[in-house]
Amino acid sequence: MPLMEEKIMEDKDFGFGLSEEQSSMKDTVAKLIKSMVIGNPAHDMDEERKLHRDIIDKIWELGATVSMVPEEYGGYGMDYSPMMNAIFLEELAAGDMALAIAATLPSTFIYTILQMGTDEQKKKYLPLYCDPAYKTCTVAVNEPRFGFDAATLETKAAKNGEKYIINGKKCFVPMAKDSGHLLVAANADGKMDLFIVENGNPGLQIGEREKNLGLYALETYPVTLENCEVPADDRVGGDNGCDYGRFLQKTRIAMSAIGTGVSRASYEYAREYAKERVQFGEPIASRQAIAFMIAEMAYEVDAMRLMTWKATSALEAGREAKRESYLAKLYAGEMTMKLTDYGVQILGGHGFIRENPVERYYRNGRGITILEGMATV
Amino acid sequence: MINLEITQKMMDVKSGMNNMATGMLRPIARHYDEHEHEYPKELDMFRSIKIMSRPKKKKAGEEAKPEKPSAKKLGANLSMVIVIEEMCWGDLGLLLSLPNAGLGNAAIAAVATDEQMERFGEKWASMAITEPGSGSDSGSITARATLDGNEWVLDGEKIFVTCAERAEVAVIWATVDRSAGKAGIKSFVVEKGTPGFKLEKLEHKLGVRASDTGTYVLDECRIPKDNILGSAEVKQSTEGFKGAMKTFDNTRPLVASMALGVTRAALDFTREKIEESGVKLDYEKNPNNLSAMEKEFYLMEAHLEAMRLLTWRAAWMMDNGEFNNLEASMAKAKAGRYGTLICQKCCELLGPLGFSCENLAEKWMRDVKITDIFEGTGQIQHLIVARNVLGYSSKQLK
Ligand SMILES: Cc1cc2nc3c(=O)[nH]c(=O)nc-3n(C[C@H](O)[C@H](O)[C@H](O)COP(=O)(O)OP(=O)(O)OC[C@H]3O[C@@H](n4cnc5c(N)ncnc54)[C@H](O)[C@@H]3O)c2cc1C
Repeated sequence: MPLMEEKIMEDKDFGFGLSEEQSSMKDTVAKLIKSMVIGNPAHDMDEERKLHRDIIDKIWELGATVSMVPEEYGGYGMDYSPMMNAIFLEELAAGDMALAIAATLPSTFIYTILQMGTDEQKKKYLPLYCDPAYKTCTVAVNEPRFGFDAATLETKAAKNGEKYIINGKKCFVPMAKDSGHLLVAANADGKMDLFIVENGNPGLQIGEREKNLGLYALETYPVTLENCEVPADDRVGGDNGCDYGRFLQKTRIAMSAIGTGVSRASYEYAREYAKERVQFGEPIASRQAIAFMIAEMAYEVDAMRLMTWKATSALEAGREAKRESYLAKLYAGEMTMKLTDYGVQILGGHGFIRENPVERYYRNGRGITILEGMATV
Repeated sequence: MINLEITQKMMDVKSGMNNMATGMLRPIARHYDEHEHEYPKELDMFRSIKIMSRPKKKKAGEEAKPEKPSAKKLGANLSMVIVIEEMCWGDLGLLLSLPNAGLGNAAIAAVATDEQMERFGEKWASMAITEPGSGSDSGSITARATLDGNEWVLDGEKIFVTCAERAEVAVIWATVDRSAGKAGIKSFVVEKGTPGFKLEKLEHKLGVRASDTGTYVLDECRIPKDNILGSAEVKQSTEGFKGAMKTFDNTRPLVASMALGVTRAALDFTREKIEESGVKLDYEKNPNNLSAMEKEFYLMEAHLEAMRLLTWRAAWMMDNGEFNNLEASMAKAKAGRYGTLICQKCCELLGPLGFSCENLAEKWMRDVKITDIFEGTGQIQHLIVARNVLGYSSKQLK
């Protein structure tokens, strides 16, 4: 049966090990995060309600996003690898979730156009953002309503001659004010799609900065689209639109990578704290009630990561990841809530005080299930 | 490279085993649940298949090394966890009753000399560690082995021994020197029919009723001197005991994969019923806009996937010769606990169908529970994981 044999030969090795490239990238990011973010900077950014621009610049300078864009559009022409992106996001989020979203925000715009845009769109928009310097562009998916579902949007895009007229309300649009362009998700006659909207379009109003439960350092804005006219050419993918389902899959995987990072941060902090904190004459970690929570955190963080990698493996193989990405995000969302809660609980009253980061992880982690489309792999 | 896409080779193993489970195990699962202690004669055809054999003949001083896996060859342990998941999707009790595939066989394959392999390699072997007074704390066993000339004399009582009746030989754990603590614990092969060795009784159980669990009593039982597995020397360190416990790093992922199989069986059945009721599971809608039942289902499916990935990782590490003590316990801790929770929840979602013996769901809920108990309870797995990640000894974290 030669056919069968061939098929087996094509199988890539199944495995859990990081490649050299992957682990060196992971180490580089981890080092950067450790030196610039963990500890006071992450705390300060949260308190100041402001990300430190120099950190964002440093992360962007690593070139993780731009490197995967072909040279003709301003990139370095390396292979696109969602797995690299997933590993990258976890490391960033282990430092700070607000930073992870902000520092990779242009990727969501860039990859979407790169993979689903028309040639004209690629030529026109990619060079604007594939720059050695960080330039902000953003994505507007979430809508401020009860029962919001990213798969069924209420923002509508109606075709009118050579234009689309977009109407609707968006919320949690990260860094909208500073962004040159927004990728707006809208319902175009029953098909969910993405539209490139220029900041400055008269039909686009960016409201007052939002105050949120978490991600204090990340500027987010409500955006209203009122008879917002967009050239038909700016529908991502052209007349027939894009594969919005795939866009969602990629953002879901990204959110589960971020959830893994946030949970890991909470786990690592609580674990070290529990070894230091002495009550009743012993470190609290030497009691099973605490030790077992720590054990659970350890394997659940690993499980979240493996779920993320499993979904990413499907993308990496060029396959749909509908089921896998859905389950990964669902899992990461539930688990991040559980683990960041454990983090606070292990610190007791000290966990409730803003000086310790676990309360921030707890607030930020709530976003994993709620927020859509804020990051991608 | 990280690649968690299931390969063709894995699919082939899986589908082959699934056919067997569907055709052979499922049809007789209920019968042997209802006829506890009756030998599942249908399993006799497995006698010749050596599941617990060893990969390569051991030369003096050389460890039996598994072959490194590659795209063309599936690692032995990864392939084993896939096989076990499928068989347990068929029936866990029957898997535990597979001839010549007992835990004792694994222990013999791991440490026996060639000469011992010759004598016992073809025999069905049970493994007897647990005693009335020592369960989780297996280092506290009191069964004694005393050397008398060319024979060991064994005394003691062993309980909860899987395949107690069906096995032809038993691997008995006993201490040669109480004062030496764990360092004094050794294992011995005792053949059925040896005077002084008696099967005292068989238990009636919550689940896995197809598997015979029993008590051995050893009363001045004499066995040849070279029936000891490993060295008779009592070292100052607990190396020997630790070595024996290491066998569990290998078998824990296997127990975790038992949980995977039973849990998947329960979820598959529940999915079938949900879909029959007209609900389509499409992995798309916001989980909060779904019915509680759908959301519950997706969550269970996600947990099953997490259980499986942790288990496969532990097995894959073993295939690659990596130390996996932590990961093996992570897999078992997660799979035992969540397997139990999921099978319980499936019965709840199934309503009357989940309480009736017309279906297998109630049986899966009973069967899966053992995976959180034997070969180290869930709590013991958590202890191992916690000690590992905290860097604590067993004295620092009791
Ligand atoms: C069907 C079946 C088959 C079996 N097959 C075999 C076999 O083939 N061979 C064999 O030798 N044994 C076998 N066993 C025995 C099994 O391995 C033990 O039952 C298991 O290790 C637990 O021991 P125990 O029952 O004495 O519980 P105990 O050790 O008494 O534990 C009771 C409870 O206390 C918890 N606990 C114990 N110590 C600690 C601690 N330090 N910290 C926190 N919690 C703790 C446990 O997790 C458990 O919840 C089998 C058991 C069953 C039910």
